[in-house]
Amino acid sequence: MSTAVAINAGPRRGWRSAGTWIGAVIVGAALVCAIFAPLLVPHDPFAQDLNRRLLVPFWMEGHNPDFILGTDQLGRDYLSRLIWGCRISMLIGVTVTIVSALIGITIGVLGGFFGGRIDDAVLFAITTRLSIPVVLVALAVVGLLGTSMTLLVLTLGLLLWDRFAVVARSTSMQVRNLDFVAAAWCAGCSRFRVLSREVLPNIASHLVVVATLEIALAILLEATLSFLGLGVPPPLPSWGLMIAEAKDYMFFSPWVIVIPGVALFVLVLGINLLGDGLRDAFATRSRT
Amino acid sequence: MLRFLVRRLIVALLVAATVMTLAFILTRLSGDLAISIAGPNATASDIEAVRKAYGLDRPVLEQFFDWVGRAVTGDLGNSYFFQTRVSTLIAERMPVTLTLGLTGLSLALLLSIPMGILAAVRENTSFDRAVQMVALIGQAMPSFWLGLLLMIVFGLTLGWLPISGTGSWEHFVMPGTVLAFSAVPALTRLTRAGMIQAMGSDYIRTARAKGLSRASILLKHALRNAAIPVVAIAAVQLGFMLGGSIVIEQVFALHGVGFLAWESIAKNDFPVVQAVVLVLAVIYVALTMVSDLLNAVLDPRLRA
Repeated sequence: MSTAVAINAGPRRGWRSAGTWIGAVIVGAALVCAIFAPLLVPHDPFAQDLNRRLLVPFWMEGHNPDFILGTDQLGRDYLSRLIWGCRISMLIGVTVTIVSALIGITIGVLGGFFGGRIDDAVLFAITTRLSIPVVLVALAVVGLLGTSMTLLVLTLGLLLWDRFAVVARSTSMQVRNLDFVAAAWCAGCSRFRVLSREVLPNIASHLVVVATLEIALAILLEATLSFLGLGVPPPLPSWGLMIAEAKDYMFFSPWVIVIPGVALFVLVLGINLLGDGLRDAFATRSRT
Repeated sequence: MLRFLVRRLIVALLVAATVMTLAFILTRLSGDLAISIAGPNATASDIEAVRKAYGLDRPVLEQFFDWVGRAVTGDLGNSYFFQTRVSTLIAERMPVTLTLGLTGLSLALLLSIPMGILAAVRENTSFDRAVQMVALIGQAMPSFWLGLLLMIVFGLTLGWLPISGTGSWEHFVMPGTVLAFSAVPALTRLTRAGMIQAMGSDYIRTARAKGLSRASILLKHALRNAAIPVVAIAAVQLGFMLGGSIVIEQVFALHGVGFLAWESIAKNDFPVVQAVVLVLAVIYVALTMVSDLLNAVLDPRLRA
């Protein structure tokens, strides 16, 4: 059964699918939170007050209406930290993806377009990269050089380019033999012009899909590293760090780890839904 | 077949050599190791003594070739903190990590293969969509968070399973489940896609025309072909799981190789860190090779 049939007979895909829209709404809300975090936070996310530690969220008895999601073990407003954490997650997700896209697309297009020895080297680089345990190496780098946002972004960016490279390589390999590329060569275009004007625009839609999935992966990894204590430095409210800090209280007040975890889960799910939807939308469009 | 094997082996060795170099560079990133090892309160003479004792006063290239030369023979050096051989440390901790990884992989396969087959057979039904939803959820679930939630529910509230440690098989149920969750999405999607493709092919139509039973068509003919990419990815996933188990070992306090690496990073115990990176990478390379060979055995078309 070919995919074309699946699209005609199957459930709604692309922009007609509810999943895509749910994803788009989640990502949109996260972007608003990330960009306008300083205006949105009801309290200072860094202000501690030991007199109001571990206040319960709104659905539990005895909550304080000023602190809708309660407070953490140092009395900091949980909602404000959650919003600020969204800013950090999105910032890291997007910047890591930019770094890894630059590396991966360059490598992948070179390999796929020129083939031969260059492609052998590219394949070798991808194989080597895949054999490196990402979490361990990222932990080691941050552990050795100290925690900072810049270092974290560069480390993850240097480790996560493989999917960009794989997709850029295989798609540019397909595009290289198409007529319009041959036409560009015949018209006397330079290599650079053929690559930037003919090849890149035609593989861009695939790369956009990879980029969304990569943002989700980077956000999950950042949370994991922060949870292990070697990611975003405290007192910044990364969701992973919030879960790590709340871990000691989770058996008495489970909501302290439930709230940041749900936020993380929903954001990553939303980005993936949007990414899947975009992929289907592009697939449908290229067929018509 | 022999040429295929030799070429594959050469690539594997080259990758291992590259990772070795990268692991060495990784631990030299922080600049002067002696300062980090001696600690913040060390005097200049302490640092000098550390540098001499660990051979860090030699030229970097000499240190590198010394390390490579020993590592090739299985001698991964001595741990600064534990004062024992790194190879002994890793060998002691490896069974826990392997048990965890194999438990995770078995659980993942037990879940994803039937789910993938059923989703493919009932393509575009609500069951199919539910399976795809499970895959999406598995992809978005942070493993450390899932681990903590399971601890609260099954460890504390219900009291069914132990929360941490490695005493009995029950200790591996929760960590194994969490680890399996990370592999289920990829394995399910592959099984489903493979089955859908196989079910549409000519040899299945032939099998149907011969009047074979539905079960025989599904399991003997279609699954055999759909299994090829799944087997390949399963071996690779095991490699990812061993590398990713560092998070789960930390959450559930399982003293495996990942936990060892995490402790060693915190203690600036560089020989252990670079050795664990190397060992995990070599295992991964070996597993991908096994997966390629399995593929070649299962599918003669790939032997070219």
